[in-house]
Amino acid sequence: MLPFDALAVVADAAAVPVVEFPFESRYLLSTIYVSLYVSVTAVALSTLASVPLAIGVGFSEFRGKRFVTSVINTGMGFPSVVVGLLVLVTVSSQGPLGQFDLVFTKQAMIISQFVLATPPITGITLAAVTGVREDVRDAAFALGGTRADVALTVVKEARYGIATAVLAGFGRAISEVGSVLIVGGNIAGANGVSKTRTLTTAIRLEARQGRYELALVLGAVLVAVVLVVNAVVVRLGDSKTAGGGLR
Amino acid sequence: MPIQRRAFLAAAGTAATAGLAGCTGVLGGSSSGGEAGVSGETLTLTTTTSTYDTGLLDALNQPFQEMYGVTVDAVAQGTGAALQTARDGDSDLVMVHARSLEDEFMREGYGVNRRDLMFNDFVVVGPDSDPAGIQGSDAATDAFAAIAESESTFVSRGDNSGTHTKEKIVWSEAGVDPGGNWYREAGAGMGDVLNQASESGAYTLADRGTFLSMQSNIELSILVQGPIEGGPELLANPYGVIAVNPAVHDNVNYDLAMAYIGYVTSPQGQEVIEEYTANGEQLFFPRALSEDPDFQQYVPEGWSGESND
Repeated sequence: MLPFDALAVVADAAAVPVVEFPFESRYLLSTIYVSLYVSVTAVALSTLASVPLAIGVGFSEFRGKRFVTSVINTGMGFPSVVVGLLVLVTVSSQGPLGQFDLVFTKQAMIISQFVLATPPITGITLAAVTGVREDVRDAAFALGGTRADVALTVVKEARYGIATAVLAGFGRAISEVGSVLIVGGNIAGANGVSKTRTLTTAIRLEARQGRYELALVLGAVLVAVVLVVNAVVVRLGDSKTAGGGLR
Repeated sequence: MPIQRRAFLAAAGTAATAGLAGCTGVLGGSSSGGEAGVSGETLTLTTTTSTYDTGLLDALNQPFQEMYGVTVDAVAQGTGAALQTARDGDSDLVMVHARSLEDEFMREGYGVNRRDLMFNDFVVVGPDSDPAGIQGSDAATDAFAAIAESESTFVSRGDNSGTHTKEKIVWSEAGVDPGGNWYREAGAGMGDVLNQASESGAYTLADRGTFLSMQSNIELSILVQGPIEGGPELLANPYGVIAVNPAVHDNVNYDLAMAYIGYVTSPQGQEVIEEYTANGEQLFFPRALSEDPDFQQYVPEGWSGESND
């Protein structure tokens, strides 16, 4: 697995400790890796599904559109533990996806994170694309654009809203503990390498044992990781627009 | 406009490819192998929080993984949940500590080849101020009755775990039906409950291993000892290992589960248990090795009585 090798190199480089850190670097790095791998994959897949869905709903008029919108918005508040249980029942060897052996794997965690991230990403994207002024759409159409061109223009106009949507989805996924605990099982090998342990479930494990200081250290790491991801997404958004500011 | 669209599609395509590459990498990794025997396979073990949180499981699994070239995925859940996961066919092996629940599991046909593994004991812990005055009680039942009598706060696991099962047995032996404001069902693991009891100056029943490993972080003391320190036999805490029946769930890794049972009940595995300490104290006592036969470990308790021979 290439990203993991890269992390291992970083781990070796960081082997000379500046300060005494309470965790082994391979434990911490593999836990960060699992957190990012699961959340980023789930959010990427969810974005590919959510943005077209939001554009489809936003640009068309149909009976029950308001109902669909409220279903999406309700989904934002769906309890993660319930999602975890539903995914567990689905991927359990007795469930409909039983033959794929997904219980206690990162794939099962990605499924539950996907379900959790999709409503916020769809909902916020929907609000963003609906907010793009109609004359922009008309102009794109009048200049001879196809439907796809019009959609891309709108996506470009609404990029900040969509970036916010992606970050909201990512924030929900990476900070979530209930469902990844149920479907992932919080597994780390005897050698200290995480298999399905994320930063959140690792925090949970330390807190359970009364080691609050260690739990807080992991919490700080989680906040730092989220901060870095946010900075990267914002930077990507800015560099693409070359001088374009907020609307 | 078309150029931008191409750039957008290229970016989307790259993202999709990268995502898929990650997936196949993981899937390929788990199915790799081709060596003989069980090498490269994964054993899913569901167990209680006490074996995991004390660190014993890592100490046990490391030599096993090296010996067989396999991976052990240990999921710490509590006895009730661990057995349920096994009933659903999602684990290959359970390591738990509630004989009544284990017997039920075997009677239903889900488990085969049960072995006694090790034991420690339960202790009644509480604040030094000891408002119910149970310090030095010879009987756990007297202590529980005194707690109920004085309505001192008691935190129960409330999670159908092995410790919770034992707690319910002690309450019923004491002739008390606990309830009311002083009795709190936490619905959480042993560590959580010890933290809660410590924060609110409450009593609780804890397994000695978890209590010893957390002792330095909490403000609770042992008020009633278990049988290891001369306390009542009622507080004994035996652990068993059971393989999931491959005839019920054909997807389980039965061979590897039996290899694991063989290893943990072998002189080598039992020595790991014997030598494992936390804060300088031994947490678990091996029980699998015995010159004298003990057939009761293989069958539900009282089995020969009902088979009528």
